Amino acid sequence: MPRLAEPTAVQPVESAMVPRLFRLVDRRQDTADTFTIVLEPNDGVPLAFIPGQFTMLSAFGVGEVPISVSGDAHVAGPLQHTVRDVGAVTHALARTAVGDVMGVRGPYGTGWDVADGHSRDVVFVGGGIGLAPLRPAVLEVLAHREDYGRVVLLYGARSPEELLFVDEMKQWEDQGMEVLVTVDYGRESWQGRVGLVTKLIPRAGFDPMSTLALICGPEVMMRHTALALVGRGVRSNRIRVSLERNMRCGVGLCGHCQYRELFVCVDGPVLPYAQVTGLLGLREV
Amino acid sequence: MDDEVRMDDIRGMVLFVPGLQSLIDLLRERGWAVIGPTVRDGAVVHAEIESVDQLPRGVGDLQDAGSYRLRERDDEALFGFAAGPQAWKSLLFPSRELLWSGRRVGAEKEVTPAVVDAKRLALFGVRSCDLHALAIHDRVLAKREVTDTAYVARREATFIVALTCSDPGGTCFCVSMGTGPVPDEGFDLALTELLDQDGHRFLVVPGSDRGQEVLDDLKSRAGGGEVMPAGEQDHLGAQEVGAAAAQHMGRSLDTKGLRDLLYAHPEHPRWADVASRCLACTNCTLVCPTCFCTSVDVVSDLTGSATERWRVWDSCFTTDFSYLHGGSVRDSVQSRYRQWATHKLASWVDQFGTSGCVGCGRCITWCPAAIDLTAEVAAIRSGKE
Repeated sequence: MPRLAEPTAVQPVESAMVPRLFRLVDRRQDTADTFTIVLEPNDGVPLAFIPGQFTMLSAFGVGEVPISVSGDAHVAGPLQHTVRDVGAVTHALARTAVGDVMGVRGPYGTGWDVADGHSRDVVFVGGGIGLAPLRPAVLEVLAHREDYGRVVLLYGARSPEELLFVDEMKQWEDQGMEVLVTVDYGRESWQGRVGLVTKLIPRAGFDPMSTLALICGPEVMMRHTALALVGRGVRSNRIRVSLERNMRCGVGLCGHCQYRELFVCVDGPVLPYAQVTGLLGLREV
Repeated sequence: MDDEVRMDDIRGMVLFVPGLQSLIDLLRERGWAVIGPTVRDGAVVHAEIESVDQLPRGVGDLQDAGSYRLRERDDEALFGFAAGPQAWKSLLFPSRELLWSGRRVGAEKEVTPAVVDAKRLALFGVRSCDLHALAIHDRVLAKREVTDTAYVARREATFIVALTCSDPGGTCFCVSMGTGPVPDEGFDLALTELLDQDGHRFLVVPGSDRGQEVLDDLKSRAGGGEVMPAGEQDHLGAQEVGAAAAQHMGRSLDTKGLRDLLYAHPEHPRWADVASRCLACTNCTLVCPTCFCTSVDVVSDLTGSATERWRVWDSCFTTDFSYLHGGSVRDSVQSRYRQWATHKLASWVDQFGTSGCVGCGRCITWCPAAIDLTAEVAAIRSGKE
């Protein structure tokens, strides 16, 4: 009989599928439908992660959702997630109050690997809630600002009211980051840019030949952004995208998040654009 | 004497029907529940057995796309049929399994992980296609960074009695997939049913130390008329059974360059054609012995103070499978059929180093719309030029 994997060498699926309990210690409403929750582990052991990873957040009696970590990977403090209230589970999470207990599994998946941008320019491109998974990478780069060349954030949202981390961006600019923001549509009071985030690329100061680009947003936005960056001469293996799929287990067993041969939960969510160029052009993969 | 014992080891034993009963008795004595084929509701299904009389004696089957019928054979064969609707996976990888239960206690919550109850099972009469399916599940569920430990625990408590397939069905194509009809490895004991001038008997050969032990024990206790050392004739007879079965595949699938073929044709018009016939009913994924996709169901009481999470079989044919906020990634049936076929025959190779198809034919037989995977692939291949 073929030998199975040594049981002692692997993590039991019970523990992989069973959440740890975390308590909500702070909550902030970012926009009309987006909120940030700050969680402390009941067992006192901080959840270490690398920028780009996600956890499975669990609302008792409702279900689980994959949410990228939006906090600072450098501070061994509470776990932070920025969540958009769009479904049953995120809606249940939206209704939690300080003191409530929820479940957390993870962290899972690949990271942005920002260290690959050392001595290079770094371009972050975010669309809507897509800035949340990028935030830990932004904080990582700004914490070691001297290791990088020019650092740029290109951020687009549907409307000014939906822009995330606006107050924080001023601080990021002070720390040596160029920030360009655009919206799809704004009221008369909006003094900023209007248009697609790809339109910001020619305005940003970076050297395409020596740039690491990290993109997170809707799939169509990531595809067009990556195409535009490649068009300017950025190498496709130095462009990374963070894919979103219906992750149910987070450990590559449930099959839900398959993207042809990739399990987005373990092979991703962060993937080199070069690896998914063909797939991003196909519908319903 | 030593030579004689070694000859037995290599050449196996012959069991007459009472000897087969002794084997079942012995496995049960050693603590395994024996699960074998039985007839129920007009189909061959798995059930715990104590007696050879519970096996489908004289029962054969007729299988075609969308069609399965039992038939009466003109002999007393106990295993004279092809793969039935049930793969063995439901025994090792149940369709519903509790992961954990939770309780609300005031403002606090408690989580209690489920306990795995791994019963000792002897799977009796596992065809080569299904043996390969088990090996694939070992790769998918057990040989991973994070494993399905419930599966691993059950798998390690499993004794496997394999079977040379003597009567492949109209939808079988294990020869194309290189997975049968003769078991090659991954079993404790392997049986070949012989029905010739020398009588109704079974050649049994060991495939593991554990299997050899059981066989030695059987030899030492069974009566002379039940169990005998196998002879040249028995082995020749068994070879003929396997060779004849290989000649009677109801279907075939050209696997040459299959991965690249499917990767190269995601927009082939045949996907839309098959989608016009496919009901997205999920039958094919449920009967498939290698499909492993699961979801997690939440079950709660009315007060919301007690909750459970259950791992349940899922299917890539449902819209919910690929649901993201706002809609499903694979909204059309066309994209879902393409996902299933491409995963099974192409991306599975990248993920696990082997095809996900073992050629058992179940997806063809149990498709209510009589969709034939081998015909769909052949159509895509022919349209390539």
